[in-house]
Amino acid sequence: MAAPVVIVMAVLIGYPLARGFYLSLTNATEANVARDIGMNDIPASYDFVGADNYLAILTGEVGDFWPRLAWTVVWTVVCVVAHYGLGMALAILLNRPIRGRTAYRVLMVLPWAVPPFVSAFIWRYLYNHEYGVINAALENVGLAPVAWLNDPTVAKLSVIVVNVWLGVPFMMLALLGGLQSIPREYYEAARVDGASSLQRFFHITLPGLRPVSAPVVLLGTIWTFNQFPVIYLVTGGGPGDSTELLVTYAFRMAFQGIRDYGGSAAYGILILALLMVMAFVYQRSLWRGGQAW
Amino acid sequence: MRRTCFGAVSATLLLLASGCGSGGEQQETADPQEVSGEITFWDTSDATNEAPVFEELVEEFNDTYPQVTVNYENVPFDDAQDNFKTAAQSGEGAPDVMRVDVAWVPEMASLGYLAPLDGTRALQESEDFLETPLSSTRHKGQTYAVPQVTDSLGLLYNKDLLEEAGVDSPPETMEELREAGLTVAEETDADGFYVNASDGFYLLPHYYAHGGDLLDTREKRITVNSDTGVAAVEEVLDLIDSGAAAEPALTDTYATMQTAFKEGEVAMIFNGPWAMEDIRAGSAFSEDLDNMGVAPVPAGPEGQGGPTGGHDYAVYAGSEQLDASYLFTRFMASEESQARIAAELGLLPTRSSVYERDSVAGNHTVSAFTPVVEDAQPGVWIPQSGTLFEPFETEIPAAVSGETTPEQALDAIADRYSSSLPEEWE
Repeated sequence: MAAPVVIVMAVLIGYPLARGFYLSLTNATEANVARDIGMNDIPASYDFVGADNYLAILTGEVGDFWPRLAWTVVWTVVCVVAHYGLGMALAILLNRPIRGRTAYRVLMVLPWAVPPFVSAFIWRYLYNHEYGVINAALENVGLAPVAWLNDPTVAKLSVIVVNVWLGVPFMMLALLGGLQSIPREYYEAARVDGASSLQRFFHITLPGLRPVSAPVVLLGTIWTFNQFPVIYLVTGGGPGDSTELLVTYAFRMAFQGIRDYGGSAAYGILILALLMVMAFVYQRSLWRGGQAW
Repeated sequence: MRRTCFGAVSATLLLLASGCGSGGEQQETADPQEVSGEITFWDTSDATNEAPVFEELVEEFNDTYPQVTVNYENVPFDDAQDNFKTAAQSGEGAPDVMRVDVAWVPEMASLGYLAPLDGTRALQESEDFLETPLSSTRHKGQTYAVPQVTDSLGLLYNKDLLEEAGVDSPPETMEELREAGLTVAEETDADGFYVNASDGFYLLPHYYAHGGDLLDTREKRITVNSDTGVAAVEEVLDLIDSGAAAEPALTDTYATMQTAFKEGEVAMIFNGPWAMEDIRAGSAFSEDLDNMGVAPVPAGPEGQGGPTGGHDYAVYAGSEQLDASYLFTRFMASEESQARIAAELGLLPTRSSVYERDSVAGNHTVSAFTPVVEDAQPGVWIPQSGTLFEPFETEIPAAVSGETTPEQALDAIADRYSSSLPEEWE
């Protein structure tokens, strides 16, 4: 009975993963893999190099792995906390009976409905040093323009803002769904018992949202960790390579110049390993903590 | 391979004698009208300004040679090399003929993607081609492409702004460029100069001014971080720090530079013929086309010159219609086609005979850039040439914002070079 599932998994996930892992143990590049191009039939000439690619990356010889990882972690934590916090606040606001609630909800989802590359290009334009809308607005009210994407720290803040703007709607929608599944009777009972609104939030809302929060935070973390379009399209990893995440860096390795298949595969496998460890630890802590919230 | 032979046999039996197995050898005597087949051409020219002219040329070809059908596709320049490599590696979807940047040719040839063109129909009257553009098409003694257009960086200047500042003639030395920049900044509302600081191609005039280059291919030495390189980058930083040049945006640098110049907010930039149509549409020039001047890039203590850029036609080694591809390449690189491209788009021909035509000489971009291109320095043509500028994008912005010194930035670039170049390089 399980055969079709196993076959599909093997073809769609297993083979590419195994192939990628195998490549990460070789020194394959575009110049030494086998290719048969019309008149040119070139045999493969790459070798198995064991863990060399991993060692080169982890010792910092290629790929600036550790500084990239540090920034990627900062980026992920800041973005996910902001996604969750703002998403929660908006969800609570919109869960109240207010006039035009549906319209607000639809508007709030807009950033999510726009394809990320479109948003990224719009933001890149908004941020432009000399011709951007944000600086024009600042100058209009007599403030000095900010070179949003020139300074590494400011550029990092700028891309975080873009990603938060993109990610909040999803959190808000998910949490709104969660809020509506919490029975109203709990709140009524709490009010009768004289619980304050803060107490109601911490003892009813948060625990009630747990079945929703746990997976969306995990998903959000993985998405943010691997958020390619925002970085690639807003700053291109710049200024310099200061906003480059692990994934955008792996892409650079894989596709710039003579393609380095072995090295970029090793980089990709390391990213996968990091995320798997993170997901495992997260699940364990939820499971062990029981009422974690 | 078999199919290549088969298609060619239908054109002529001569082929069997010359042997299609050796790759480049094709019959020369066959009537071009007998060549048949369907091929795809990837054009990477600017989709709005330039592509229509190339598309018309393709139509003309289709009319002239009814047995051959060329499918025209415009592919954005930035994605073209990547798309081509992916398609070529997978063996599916690569075009038969492609317009390639001069810096891509050695890399693509070394990877086996390109068909050698020596002795084929594609490469005719090769003595007519200018030496510098032709030098980009060779790899290990064979020719892998046919020059389409050539270009280089010139000093573009806004005549009104220079006049307003009291600068009589465009600067001829880097020292004069600095003074002119400062004067413009003082006397007018505009900035004097704008550097595309994060792109190594645009820094090359400063390298050449100090007698340096990125690599010394003869000695196989990395010279990007030599004294001349440091002097070049220090010169650029000094232009910015002194106020002679505007503080550059470090993301979208090129686009910001273009806009600033087009709108008359900066008096001088380095740019090439490809940018002229766009600049002429800007508010500073659209009313008065004569307001823009073009001069050779300023000289330094040790030399002068802009880098050689441009495009070539290359034929995919895996093409199943090589004969038709060669014929098409020949047509596109012919005197007639080059003359038309030059006259209508102002792109600079690669055949010396084309410059003599009145319609070409009369084009203002061509006439303005002809002296610029004559002074252009040949590029570094090695398989890694396509990757030499990329490290500048990551390292130079840090030097511009003062986080690293020019020496540190250039040493980092040299490190990147040494890890991507073969071992014999030092």
